[in-house]
Amino acid sequence: MFDRIREKLNILADAAKYDVSCSSSGGTRKNTNKGLGDSHASGICHTYTEDGRCVSLLKILLTNHCIYDCLFCVSRKSNDVKRAAFTVDEVVELTMNFYRRNYIEGLFLSSGIFKNADFTMERLLLVVKKLRLEQNYNGYIHLKTIPGASDELIKEAGLYADRMSINLEMPTEAGLKLLAPEKNHGEVIKPLAFVQQQISQFTADKKLIKHVPTFVPAGQSTQMVIGATPESDKDIMYTANTFYKNFSLKRVYYSGYVPISNDTRMPILGTQPPLLRENRLYQTDWLMRFYGFKVQEILNDANPNLDIDIDPKLSWAIRNMQHFPVDINTADYKMILRIPGIGVMSAQKIVQARKFGKLRIDQLKKIGVAYNRAKHFIVCLDSPYQLKDYQGTQIKAFILAESQSKYLKTDNNQMILF
Amino acid sequence: MTYIFDGTFQGLLTAVFEWFERKPGKVVLKSTSIFQPEAFVESFTVNTNAEKADRVWAGLQNKLKKDWQRKYYCTYLSEIPEAYNHVFQFTIYIFQNQLGAESNYGNPHVIALAKYAKSVEREKHRMEAFIRFQKTGDGIFYANIDPDFNVLPLISSHFKNRYADQPWVIYDLKRKYGLHYNLTSVEEITISFSNGADKQNLAPVLMDEREALYTTLWKDYFKSANIVARKNTKLHLQHVPKRYWKYLTEKVPI
Ligand code: SF4
Repeated sequence: MFDRIREKLNILADAAKYDVSCSSSGGTRKNTNKGLGDSHASGICHTYTEDGRCVSLLKILLTNHCIYDCLFCVSRKSNDVKRAAFTVDEVVELTMNFYRRNYIEGLFLSSGIFKNADFTMERLLLVVKKLRLEQNYNGYIHLKTIPGASDELIKEAGLYADRMSINLEMPTEAGLKLLAPEKNHGEVIKPLAFVQQQISQFTADKKLIKHVPTFVPAGQSTQMVIGATPESDKDIMYTANTFYKNFSLKRVYYSGYVPISNDTRMPILGTQPPLLRENRLYQTDWLMRFYGFKVQEILNDANPNLDIDIDPKLSWAIRNMQHFPVDINTADYKMILRIPGIGVMSAQKIVQARKFGKLRIDQLKKIGVAYNRAKHFIVCLDSPYQLKDYQGTQIKAFILAESQSKYLKTDNNQMILF
Repeated sequence: MTYIFDGTFQGLLTAVFEWFERKPGKVVLKSTSIFQPEAFVESFTVNTNAEKADRVWAGLQNKLKKDWQRKYYCTYLSEIPEAYNHVFQFTIYIFQNQLGAESNYGNPHVIALAKYAKSVEREKHRMEAFIRFQKTGDGIFYANIDPDFNVLPLISSHFKNRYADQPWVIYDLKRKYGLHYNLTSVEEITISFSNGADKQNLAPVLMDEREALYTTLWKDYFKSANIVARKNTKLHLQHVPKRYWKYLTEKVPI
């Protein structure tokens, strides 16, 4: 019994790990019934894997049996791997016992498709109902929506899950067709739209009637695999932008393709996953969501791909030197946010602090501004007088020269945001 | 001039009261534990007084919003000698200036408190993440910690709300006190470990019989979740500095 459950967990955790979403944030389920657990708006990473990714949820498949044959997926029908399936009770018990020991924030449950979509979705629903109704469990639940499952099942699941997600898999329809001929984006869009419409319905009702149950309170997310098919960064981010807009997604995840197959339509085994590119895409995603950038400003026909050697905020600044230098002591908050080397926190502090007097270089440094980077784009009270205007390309060379030594030592896989 | 206080929060607030009472000019605040008499520097020992402390705290509550009251308390909990002095100077600065003076990030004490509070909050957040309970034979979920700062007061409500249906104990080995939740309320406790008892690891005989199973399953899970092709040790260490490994079931070798 001991060995059997270990084996199942190993197989079904291994198969689930390529889904990058780890977020446990956005839920605000309170522990009102003196039961177990609650969930925080900010989420908690309980540990990090050796590849540096956050572990917040027990991320498993109910089963890795699947009737489909998507080329990019380890669980595809034609792949020769060990198969396993949890019982509903096994998942419930694992979740409860891991949660009680403070190992996890909750459960992320997905599944291969066995028999058909509804049959699979029903099993997933059984797990979440048991957790919520029988075990008084208030921890976080992220549930995969199974494409093709009926509206009734999806709607019921939404009453118990905090977040639901369904993966686009490939950034464009053409890419998807290439690797998973049985699938299409339409299959993903339909349930996304359905859940989105339910969420707004429930939110609207809640304004009128107090005791409307919550419905997927942490919203929906999706994931795209990067680098398995030849899309440009522009294709990827325009798709992401459309999905953020049309379905009010909470997150889009970009997952650098880790080669798992020798099929010649994709990068072969042993190819390095495109981690730096993945990082640049996340940076762009942040610029869109928190820094007030429009995707068209960062990626367009003239610049269809992100620079690899510098981050997208710096590239934008260098291409748009007409906006600089920015006067720290007078500029709009919005413009301060756009300065390379200044993050959201520092920008807020600057706007508060300058009410008490004009700011100097040493104060900016203390506030947390990366001054060596920012200095090319700002003036403050004691900025040295500059004789000539540097060109964007020269500034890029300065910054690169300065960060080169650091950059080389940290190899190319760092996840650093600005 | 040096003011010496006993290291308690009330003592610190009392020191502020005394300063306003006497207005002795420039003063540095130190706690008894680090104070060493220096020649030519006058010193004054603050007698902690609950009433005076309350008056200062009430005054601060009028001056500072909740988020800054919290930063203030967090800085105190850092237990760092210089932090005590910054809190002291900050208090004087706040009382001597208009409402809103705390958002002057150009002021050295304001920025110091913001920084200390951030470190303490980070340690609090780490404890909420890295604490691992072990279920004992009598059904209590038990965890030892020895955090960099005194964060037990800050994490109490988080664990109480989350683990409302299980009794638990979190024990700070460094500061020799802990919290015990008994299904209704959280109480402070001290435990006298008998000689030779291994404080870091409870003896297996004291454990629930299923504890070993879940420890193993969690270690297994941690291994399976890793993607070898993406290995990034530097990033891993940045998130989980080595000094926290002793907490982590998944990091402790079998
Ligand atoms: S349907 Fe899902 S589990 Fe099945 S092969 Fe495709 S991606 Fe993998």
